[in-house]
Amino acid sequence: MAMAESSFAGSTPSGADLQRHFGASAADNITGYRSFEAGSFKFRRDEYFAHIQWPGGIHQMPIDVFLRALMRDVAWGFFYGTVNFDTVFGTINYYGEVDMFAGKTNEAFTSVGRDFTERFQSDELMATFKDMVSDWTNEGYDPFAAPQETGVPWGSKNGDNEEAISRERVTAKRMVGLPGDTPVRTDDNGFPVNRMFADVEQDQPEFNVEPGFEDEFSAFNLFSYLSRSDVTWNPSVCSVVNESLFCPTSEEFILPVEHGNDRCEWFLQLSDEIIWTIKDGSTGRYRAQVIAKAGDICCMPADIRHQGFSNKRSMLLVWENGSPKIPDLIREGKAPNVAVQF
Amino acid sequence: MSTYTTDFGSIEDFRTGGVMAIDDDPKNYVFSNIFEVASKAKPYERVAVGKNFEYVIETIRAEGTSDWYTCAHDEFILAMDNQIKVELIKLDDPDAAVDPESEGAVKLSGEPKGRPMGWAKLGRGHMCILPVGAAYRVISEKPATAILQTVEGQETVQRWAEICKTESLAQA
Repeated sequence: MAMAESSFAGSTPSGADLQRHFGASAADNITGYRSFEAGSFKFRRDEYFAHIQWPGGIHQMPIDVFLRALMRDVAWGFFYGTVNFDTVFGTINYYGEVDMFAGKTNEAFTSVGRDFTERFQSDELMATFKDMVSDWTNEGYDPFAAPQETGVPWGSKNGDNEEAISRERVTAKRMVGLPGDTPVRTDDNGFPVNRMFADVEQDQPEFNVEPGFEDEFSAFNLFSYLSRSDVTWNPSVCSVVNESLFCPTSEEFILPVEHGNDRCEWFLQLSDEIIWTIKDGSTGRYRAQVIAKAGDICCMPADIRHQGFSNKRSMLLVWENGSPKIPDLIREGKAPNVAVQF
Repeated sequence: MSTYTTDFGSIEDFRTGGVMAIDDDPKNYVFSNIFEVASKAKPYERVAVGKNFEYVIETIRAEGTSDWYTCAHDEFILAMDNQIKVELIKLDDPDAAVDPESEGAVKLSGEPKGRPMGWAKLGRGHMCILPVGAAYRVISEKPATAILQTVEGQETVQRWAEICKTESLAQA
């Protein structure tokens, strides 16, 4: 299949060789989908699967699993650390550069030297990922939505859903609801209450602001805000203390990736229950199950990967320290993998 | 059509999960429950339940009227169960009350000098900013749980060994 190509080799101050070959085919005559290339990786979809190929290996993922993971990687800008689409394929964020890998976090691959990794400039790989999620998402399917709330991704090419896949991650500068900051969600601005949160109180705080302090003092109903989220597993910054970021989110079904953070990450379960599967970040070996009920708070160590399962739609406060210094401190052994030792 | 009941928990009624270790130490997850911590705390003790380098999440048991606090940076308070009231005063001279380079909340002695900024009554899930330059206090008629997004400071109480689960959940 002929690919429209652009390619040249480069290297960066990090010392890693950057892959700068990218390509995209015309629509396939049978399926209607385009195929994509990034570095030595090749991506193709058919009616049920995403097919990934690299020198010395191939891998298949159900297309719904692949699109939900790809959507998060795009929306999060490769996020913090490692985004494992599944146990084989994923990306590692170096903030400006990104690794794309096969088998790098799976000891079955690494133990026999069958893992494969290439590094890219983040914005260049992101452009290909955005093109891929755009072309491979059909009309009526929303990869951000819980399975019960959207159509199916299967079949040949059938339209698109640009509105769903182009949502931007909310990032409040100081706090949701403050003048000039991210607005609260209402019916009027397109955020109805989710079916599983119909019992959540929608009242706003009663508060009085003295004249002159309108820009400094405010309050809002965070639980109402979360009950109106139209996406799942998509943490959004709602309040900020320097680099301390409260990123609450609503969760239903399965976290679409196994997230291997490059720093400690805290979870405060605001409502209902999530069960977390914890695996070693480097090898994929199981380490623990964490059962979090309303009010439970726990830390994900910096050397694990986690995946959450939420049957009833739940509210989760993800708490991040956004300091850019932390990944290097942890890699260099200057900061522990565990947030608190006692 | 199914109906759903959202479980938020409260200081009077909470259940906790835990860590079922396969090949790990449960202590690595620093697992506690904010309602359990509040239920055992003294009124307005600022007990750390999360710590990420210098940043902390503190849990308070709001009951009665707190002392006045201020801080050299923004803080945020989130009410988790019963209603609390937050009162704010814009300090005439914030730098005299707290070192502007300091971190974390500082307890003030006596009534702060300044102009009233306003107040907020916060029910379950309501969040409010505690802005830099202001003094604040919390009032609650009955025990309530709230969390604070802040930085570790002189008022932060750390007793991890008391509040965290150290044993693995029993295998089902």
